[in-house]
Amino acid sequence: MRKYLLAIVATVALVCASPALPQRDTATTRKYDKDALVYAELAKAPQKARAKRNPLEKYPDAVAAGRILFEQHCTECHGDLVEGGKKGPSLRVEEVQNVEPGAIFWILTNGVVWRGMPVWSKLPEPQRWQLVTYIKSLGVAEGTPLSTPSPKSPSHAATEPPSPPR
Amino acid sequence: MPFPAFRPFLKLFILSVLFAFLPGAAPAQENPYFVAYDHFLEEPGNLEIEYFSTFGTQRGSNDFHAYWMEFEYGATAWWTTEFYLDGQTTFGDSTLFTGLRWENRFRVLKREHFINPVLYVEYERKSGADKILKEGEGHDVESDFLTPNAEARREHINEIELKLILSSNFKGWNFTENTLAAKDLSNSPWEFGYAIGASRPLALKASPKRCSFCRQNFIAGAELYGGLGDRHSFGLHDTSHYFAPVVAWNLPSDWTLRLSAGFGLNDNSHRFLLRWGVSREIAGFGSIVSRLFGGRR
Repeated sequence: MRKYLLAIVATVALVCASPALPQRDTATTRKYDKDALVYAELAKAPQKARAKRNPLEKYPDAVAAGRILFEQHCTECHGDLVEGGKKGPSLRVEEVQNVEPGAIFWILTNGVVWRGMPVWSKLPEPQRWQLVTYIKSLGVAEGTPLSTPSPKSPSHAATEPPSPPR
Repeated sequence: MPFPAFRPFLKLFILSVLFAFLPGAAPAQENPYFVAYDHFLEEPGNLEIEYFSTFGTQRGSNDFHAYWMEFEYGATAWWTTEFYLDGQTTFGDSTLFTGLRWENRFRVLKREHFINPVLYVEYERKSGADKILKEGEGHDVESDFLTPNAEARREHINEIELKLILSSNFKGWNFTENTLAAKDLSNSPWEFGYAIGASRPLALKASPKRCSFCRQNFIAGAELYGGLGDRHSFGLHDTSHYFAPVVAWNLPSDWTLRLSAGFGLNDNSHRFLLRWGVSREIAGFGSIVSRLFGGRR
């Protein structure tokens, strides 16, 4: 029985020491700094990836499907309202909403592995584009903390997530 | 209780099943493989609880049912760690706990490439009665399983297993190739094995509605695995090999079901291996445990 106890203690210790856990230093500025580093990854998307067109941009179902995928795989980190969660930054900021769809697709495909975002290439390409379509449909949220005040992009003026039929 | 040795395993199984009903589950997109690994790791902070069974036919003795529990935790986006407990029932003989394993997978490259390497390191502490056939290695053959449980359990094996996982995605398909090297920590030679797999979801686009039977929830494929001898006699002679069609059903209710029918490819292999598994992923498990120990709410 001692072996099992040791194994359980080791597992709990591992979980407690895991970098995946929320850090005890919860200073807001620290989170924003971390988020800014994640946004900076978007700039690393190569030109070829940025130039990719979203093949599902015009599909009316893509937003609804993307929303379901987002709820299944992304809200745990990015929050139910897509405005940031315990681990992931808001996606309703200019850094994300004003970037090319291809750059978001590139981040989904490659992840930001060293900063905690996993690779999502296990989702087939069309599903990743459905996610991109949903994220881009959200627009910039009002009062986004990281962005400097600037006029809303006309194409992304929506402030509420669309509510497609379930 | 007819099988006292089975009692700890049964308790852990019941605890695990209860634990799987905790809130915070995350719908998974799991591959259908039982033996091969692809390059996708567990999401950081998530715990996946899995139960797998293997029913195997045995020439010259009784058939068996082997099973294992897996607790798979995403420590980081580049490191997944797993703890296994396994046991077996040989019909007409006995049921017993056969050992435990601790497995770690490390993503090597920062970004996605055409071929994605993952390093795999595992420690196994098992008895000679282990029958889960989680990998094909060395000169493992069907006749090794003829030893009665009471005798086989007296053999204790401490083994280190290393794998190089090379996995690619192409047009919705996943192709993976695993090369295995295992070393019993006693004075035994290195043993080698392989596993290759291919799989694809039945539909690549997600449905705009929540549904259980949508084609994108089903992933089908096949895997091929077996031994490659050891350091002193490398090759295919006296080795066993299996081919197994596989299918996974990722349910929106957070559960994944897997099924595989494996066929032995030569006389050294079990004729038939039927495998099935059920798993559930618990999102934010790390945060739940952290809160229990006074972490951030």
